[in-house]
Amino acid sequence: MTVIAVVLVFGFFTYNAQVNMENRGIDFGYGFLSQESSFDVQFSLIEYDGSHSYFRAYLVGLLNTILVSVIGIVIATILGVIVGIARLSPNYLINKFAAFYVEFFRNIPLLLQIFFWYFAALRALPLPQDAEAMFGIAFLTIKGLYVPAFIWQNFDIFFYSIVAAIIAIIVIRYQAKKLQETQGKQTPVLLISIGLILVLPLISFLIGGVRLSFEVPVLKQLATTSFIYEGGVSLPPELIALALSLSLYTATFIAECVRAGIQGIGKGQKEAAASIGLTPNQVLKLVVMPQALRIIIPPTTNQYLNLTKNSSLAAAIAYPDLVLVFAGTALMQTGKAIEIVSITMFTYLSLSIAISLFMNWYNNKIAIQEK
Amino acid sequence: MSKINFLKPDKSNLNTFLYLGSFLFLVSVLDVLLNSFFSLNVTGFLPGFISYFLPLTLGFIGLYFIRIELSGIKQLDQLNKHINTNNFNAILSLLIIFIIIKSIPPILSWFFVDASFAGDSKDVCTGTGACWTYIKVWMRRFMYGMYPNGEQWRINLSFIALALLGSVGYFASDKFKKYLTLYYVVIYPFIAFLFIFFFISGGPVFFDFSYGIIAAILSIIIGFFIPSKFKFYYFLIVPFGLYILLKYFIFYEELIELGKLDGLNWVETGAWGGLSLTFIISFFCLIFCFPIGMAFALGRRSGFPLIRYISIGFIEFWRGVPLITVLFMSAVMFPMFLPADFFIDKLVRCIIAISLFEAAYVAEVIRGGLQALPRGQYEAAKSLGMGYWRMHIFVILPQALKLVIPGIANTFLALVKDTPLIFVVGLLEIVGMLNLAKTNPEWLGFAMEGYVFAAIIFWIICYAMSKYSYNLEQKYKTDR
Repeated sequence: MTVIAVVLVFGFFTYNAQVNMENRGIDFGYGFLSQESSFDVQFSLIEYDGSHSYFRAYLVGLLNTILVSVIGIVIATILGVIVGIARLSPNYLINKFAAFYVEFFRNIPLLLQIFFWYFAALRALPLPQDAEAMFGIAFLTIKGLYVPAFIWQNFDIFFYSIVAAIIAIIVIRYQAKKLQETQGKQTPVLLISIGLILVLPLISFLIGGVRLSFEVPVLKQLATTSFIYEGGVSLPPELIALALSLSLYTATFIAECVRAGIQGIGKGQKEAAASIGLTPNQVLKLVVMPQALRIIIPPTTNQYLNLTKNSSLAAAIAYPDLVLVFAGTALMQTGKAIEIVSITMFTYLSLSIAISLFMNWYNNKIAIQEK
Repeated sequence: MSKINFLKPDKSNLNTFLYLGSFLFLVSVLDVLLNSFFSLNVTGFLPGFISYFLPLTLGFIGLYFIRIELSGIKQLDQLNKHINTNNFNAILSLLIIFIIIKSIPPILSWFFVDASFAGDSKDVCTGTGACWTYIKVWMRRFMYGMYPNGEQWRINLSFIALALLGSVGYFASDKFKKYLTLYYVVIYPFIAFLFIFFFISGGPVFFDFSYGIIAAILSIIIGFFIPSKFKFYYFLIVPFGLYILLKYFIFYEELIELGKLDGLNWVETGAWGGLSLTFIISFFCLIFCFPIGMAFALGRRSGFPLIRYISIGFIEFWRGVPLITVLFMSAVMFPMFLPADFFIDKLVRCIIAISLFEAAYVAEVIRGGLQALPRGQYEAAKSLGMGYWRMHIFVILPQALKLVIPGIANTFLALVKDTPLIFVVGLLEIVGMLNLAKTNPEWLGFAMEGYVFAAIIFWIICYAMSKYSYNLEQKYKTDR
């Protein structure tokens, strides 16, 4: 029964789609992806202009989506953890301040926040010619944030040195853990790690021939009243507004997850830890957090997923993400509604699944190893 | 008085430390206060750097002096416990106090003191504060969108009537309490639909669709008297038969005559907008997404593999894609799958899309509740001889839903906060109207006021909803 119903419904839709496409003179197919796109994108991580293909445009959009999601996730996690811990602070003022932040930003639609930052707050920034330098090198203007670019020589040697440092740290951590388990000796792992990650790249600078110089943005006059910064890296205001609002909004949810996780740990655990002489910081680090993480991670995964999906709101302020570039401009130009919308949805679906698979793996890794 | 060691405040010199500490603390607060309210820089004679950090240093020393454990003064102990447990906390407390003091004057002056309320043109907005005149002038647009001014009483009247009908539950006597669920799940949404369809939208009283409604009502009423053995076939055949019968044989001429009696102007959905549209969309999506979500939650735990896989696929698909692409789909892709002459209104498509999207989230929340119930409940219900539906309706769902009230409330909040996204298909609710008003050449430069206004409205709605859900949770909490 159900099978027949499902088949009938699908058949009906496919038939309609065929008839409609015939009427409009569109043929179904993904061949358009290799055609020349002939539209331009404001901001892209890879080289792109109108002569590239639609597939390249898709990649540009996808990379921009991933960029803003990663920035958002990093900031939201840091802010969320701080606010979540602050909400449990015995300090009345900090507690209420964090609670105010959470209640305030959580109850306002994200789209409204994006609009607020983009159309109201960032528009109050100075013009390029009036901007004051931050620390003498970066400029925050109405046209975006200009920061110095790194110019590397022999970057590969520097890169290898960092990889070597990380490998060394992992080995040392492993050894230290073994040492503690067998002989009870503690090694200052943190100090050694910091030392390694600083010293090895430093050596690469001294003897490896690595050179680093900065390209500071310089003000350039285009016309009598039109100025622009040249050189350096420029972050468009759309990206700033989007990353800011996404992280401020998602951080409130992550903060609640963190709070719930820490509160979920029984009081007895903390008291037991304190009674064997651990300092409050050690209690948090060695006893509470490892257990709380198990409660925190699954809902936080959901928040990461939400953030990634919410980054599609970029279309509202013309940040060239996947939805704007591909489901917007490319769809307008080709008229291939079914193909483009399905590719877009499929991409988001894959991103979501990728994030949840990674977080599931991490969750399994820290889960209690029950016998 | 014994010897005073200033590095180590103790109880023996309580008064000295208390007076000195409070004095320093008050001086620091007073300094910031004067600085921010009267822009007086008392310490201006000092070099800039020192002058900047002086209040913080003084306050910190003051708090250090009054941090005396078990001083015997109740208020002092309370104060120490709450904001002054150690150096780090003291600094944070001071910073927060200073930030609050510093931020009050600019906020006050922007909102009230320098703001302009009077007049009805841009000319009055010359001050540095907010221009609430802008909100005043555009109020009707923000509330009703492009709905004609003369007809807006229809929206008001419908909303008032629906609010009154919705509050029936509070006044119902115990005798009618058991029908409330039926009322809220079936009858009330239907009345609301009729109000919105015939009253807000206007238009002919009778056309094709009305026959469907009459046929459905009649067949449901008759359906109560049909033995349950034939019910399935009855509902498969009779409503459609009745519809065809009504449309082609009975009533037809008379009803067309009746249709000419209507006096309301047709207002197409493209003209709806503003906060009222936010309410309409949220309302219907809330009502639709709940039963759909419940069905898929049950489907995901069903014993039939096909139903289970369809449910899993449905839920995971909607949860994996952003709402904006779903709306894109409803706008550009969905019409391709329908017969060419078949037209569904933009608003209806939106409501369907949002409902299906949120239904997936509701389904996952409800599934959590279902999984949290101990097996004993299922087994007990079965051992009493209850069937699948009876077991779920009377035993399982009431308990499961009670458990997931917070989750459902969160989903509903997310739904309300998602409604602005309908700008994608060209419907302008309050945020969309703000963006439209912002680009009006006569009223350029008041984006901030508009967004603050909308933010306050949304904040009140969402905060009220979350508080209500908290109350509901407390009310239905049962110790288990």
